[in-house]
Amino acid sequence: MNIIILGAGQVGGTLAENLVRENNDITLVDVNNKRLKDLQTKLDIRTVTGPASHPSVLEEAGAKNADMMIAVTSSDETNLVACHIGYQLFNTPTKLARIRSRDYLEQQQVLFSTAGFAIDYCISPEHVVTDYIRRLIEYPGALQVLDFMKGEFRLVAIRPYFGGPFVGKPLSHLREHMPEDVLCIAAIYRGNRSIPLNPNTVIEIGDEVFFIAPKEHVRNAMSSLRQLDEPYKRIMIAGGGNIGAELAASLETEYQVKLIEHNTERCRVIAERLKHTTVLQGDASDRELLMSENIEYAHVFCALTNDDEVNIMSCLQAKRLGARQVMALITRTAYVDLVEGSDIDIAISPQQATIGSILTHIRQGDIVNVHSLRRGAAEAIEVIAHGNEKTSKVVGNYLSQIKLPKDASIVALIREGKMIVPYEDTTIQSEDHVIVFLADKKHLSEVERLFQVNVGYI
Amino acid sequence: MQYGGMIRILGLFLMAFSLTMLPPLGVAAFYKDGAWMAFSWSFLLTLAAGFLLWFPVRGHAPPLKIREGFFIIVLFWSVLTFFGSLPFMLTFIPHLSFTDAAFETMSGLTTTGATVLTDIDYLPHAIKLYHQQLQFFGGMAILVLAVAILPMLKVGGLQLYRRETPGPAKDTQLTPRIMQTAKALWYIYVGLTLLCFLAYWACGMKLFDAVGEAFSTVSTGGFSMHNDNFAHYHGHLIGSVAMIFMILGSTNFSLHFLALREKSLKHYFYDAEFRTFLLFLFLSACLTILTLLIAQVYEEPRTGIYKAIFNAVSIGTSTGFLSASFQSWPLFISVLFMLAGIVGGCAASTSGGIKVIRALILYGQGKRELKRLIHPHAVLPLTLNSRVLSDSLTQSVWGYVAVFFSVFILLVLILMGEGLPFDGAVGAVVACLANLGVGMGGVSDNFVSLNDSTKWVLTFSMLGGRLEIFTLLLLFTPAFWKK
Repeated sequence: MNIIILGAGQVGGTLAENLVRENNDITLVDVNNKRLKDLQTKLDIRTVTGPASHPSVLEEAGAKNADMMIAVTSSDETNLVACHIGYQLFNTPTKLARIRSRDYLEQQQVLFSTAGFAIDYCISPEHVVTDYIRRLIEYPGALQVLDFMKGEFRLVAIRPYFGGPFVGKPLSHLREHMPEDVLCIAAIYRGNRSIPLNPNTVIEIGDEVFFIAPKEHVRNAMSSLRQLDEPYKRIMIAGGGNIGAELAASLETEYQVKLIEHNTERCRVIAERLKHTTVLQGDASDRELLMSENIEYAHVFCALTNDDEVNIMSCLQAKRLGARQVMALITRTAYVDLVEGSDIDIAISPQQATIGSILTHIRQGDIVNVHSLRRGAAEAIEVIAHGNEKTSKVVGNYLSQIKLPKDASIVALIREGKMIVPYEDTTIQSEDHVIVFLADKKHLSEVERLFQVNVGYI
Repeated sequence: MQYGGMIRILGLFLMAFSLTMLPPLGVAAFYKDGAWMAFSWSFLLTLAAGFLLWFPVRGHAPPLKIREGFFIIVLFWSVLTFFGSLPFMLTFIPHLSFTDAAFETMSGLTTTGATVLTDIDYLPHAIKLYHQQLQFFGGMAILVLAVAILPMLKVGGLQLYRRETPGPAKDTQLTPRIMQTAKALWYIYVGLTLLCFLAYWACGMKLFDAVGEAFSTVSTGGFSMHNDNFAHYHGHLIGSVAMIFMILGSTNFSLHFLALREKSLKHYFYDAEFRTFLLFLFLSACLTILTLLIAQVYEEPRTGIYKAIFNAVSIGTSTGFLSASFQSWPLFISVLFMLAGIVGGCAASTSGGIKVIRALILYGQGKRELKRLIHPHAVLPLTLNSRVLSDSLTQSVWGYVAVFFSVFILLVLILMGEGLPFDGAVGAVVACLANLGVGMGGVSDNFVSLNDSTKWVLTFSMLGGRLEIFTLLLLFTPAFWKK
């Protein structure tokens, strides 16, 4: 595909890196020439320097022949205008924009239609990250919670621990004792590597287990692998930026939320917006402040400032002072690897969360959901099987007959709202939602091709 | 000070006010009750005084400054009280002294409702009408004062209504806005009075009574047409009508304005002040009922319940109609009523007291201070109707309440010095300073027994209470008079 990415910031850069690996032609546009040069030396991309919303710049970037335009500059307005110009002057088929401001998002129906700015998909990173953190808080003990089928089914990453009835037992034991529709094990990682799943595989403490479960059974399924933490109640958020404030707003009715923000003026703005949250003015890593606000009784401490170092330090501080679970928002990929497995329980990478939602729109075929896992190395996709036995390579076949690439596995089928655990003799039917786990995403295009319907099918 | 401009306005006011003596004049002629001459003289004197004030300076129309605005407001009530008291003095019945007449007129014009008239039933019809009418016109003036002028002058935190109310008060321009605002408010006010009159009439009141009582109901004044006040009307229907219109009269008129313009009642229920006001009325009615039932004041519990609700509403709206003398009820009720009277009704209405909105802001502020003790670092904005209140606004509310209570204590001390017992002094001050009209102790519903100097103190405190104290106090500060 021929893709233009406008804006070479954190998201733009990571996105370019991801897409280049999948053999797409990428043109990156930004005003910062140095940043573009840096990226060009690392990646095989074309770059254009200039304001992303100018028609001349877009033309130079090849907007006429582009299949897709992804506007992820730091300015909402630039993104809006660029998409509109792409639509009016260059007829770019698919336009994706990142919109941060809540004001625009509240009017999306009208504003983003073809009569308005003509945006096909709109991504709001703050929203995505907020949802992501919210789901983690909803399921204490989960490392990652991702939605399939509009949230009806969820993929959960969890570390098995003492107290889970199936820990230390082979998978066959789990299959025998758990009802079929409660959970499907998707993958087990041991020591950073995916291990092949067979009935004799034993779930061990320290593994990272991915499983899929219907929304209502997630808690139940988690309890089979570790003693369930009691539901969280007291949340402390450090950083009152867009993500922090939005998270507090979405949590404050159900949880007891405290929010720490450094800037006095910003504190005032947030405090006026949030009705039930206690907004505190101060430094997130200030020991005295944390102690006077009873950090030892906090169930979750989320550090969501825009400074990685502050997030890491305040999380370490909070953990030391007795917070049960600490989460840090970390933008630099290198830091994510550094802190994983240390005192910080969960490192949240905003790019990973955002890119997953952008990737969904880039994938071809009938892929409806893509989630980046394990810092982008693995991917879980939800794809709809179409066609019939003649036109499709998958429909009507036994699973054992489907030639999946190495490292890819079909982990669950969702048929008419019910989850089916796949066995070798299960057949895939048309309109099934198939969830495929790719331990290595370089095989992605093969999976895409596999699910494509032959030309004869209309 | 633009004295010429102020005198011109005062002259105009007086000439307009002289016209209000014409309806009683007509009534006097119709009933032939002997008050004809008194009203003719009053009319001519007032008109002439107004004309003489106005004529020499008729060309002066300079824009008035805020300082002069304060002065005019005080002058307006004082001068009108002086001329308004003429009919009371000139008639053979009641033929009041100047002190009594001024007290009575001020009580009418500030819609207080405290009276020195002893035998209302035997007054000439013209005086009765004039008496009630004073409250009606007082209410009109108060509305403009409360909705348009005081918020603009930022008296005691009332600027809250300046920007918030998307109603009549919107711009910052003085004259055209006041005229428009006044018109809109007067339509509502006159409309409500008319409805009230029709309702009374339909419920079986005599025509003349219905007019008079409607005048003092919507203006939350509390003058009555009869010696035994509202106990004169039997049956609960008239009482219920009165309660409804008293509550409407002490509701923020901006809410009426919004409800009319957008043809929906939702604004009433979204308004925190109105909801709190209803809650206060409800609570004080409940407590009164409970006390009456426990003390078994009435043999028939239903009579007790009706009288309790009526009196609680009448006091809570700072009207002061009485369907029973609550002096004979347990003392607890008297004190409760005095407290309810101090709080009063909503701001921008015809009611008195410190107003529910200020009580609400103080409550929020108190809650905030408590929370600040637990979370010293917390940022706690104070909100009302989901709007954030600035610190300067809460400060001026604090300031107002502090001054109110200082003046209150001072007045109680003065009255006790004049020889009143403690409860009587407190009752009289609440009755006048909160524009309630009903006190406790010796001076519950009639003030005739007090000596002249006490009456002047009370006349003065009625004016102070009505002008939110600051407006009046300002005139006594040296800085006000400095050039």
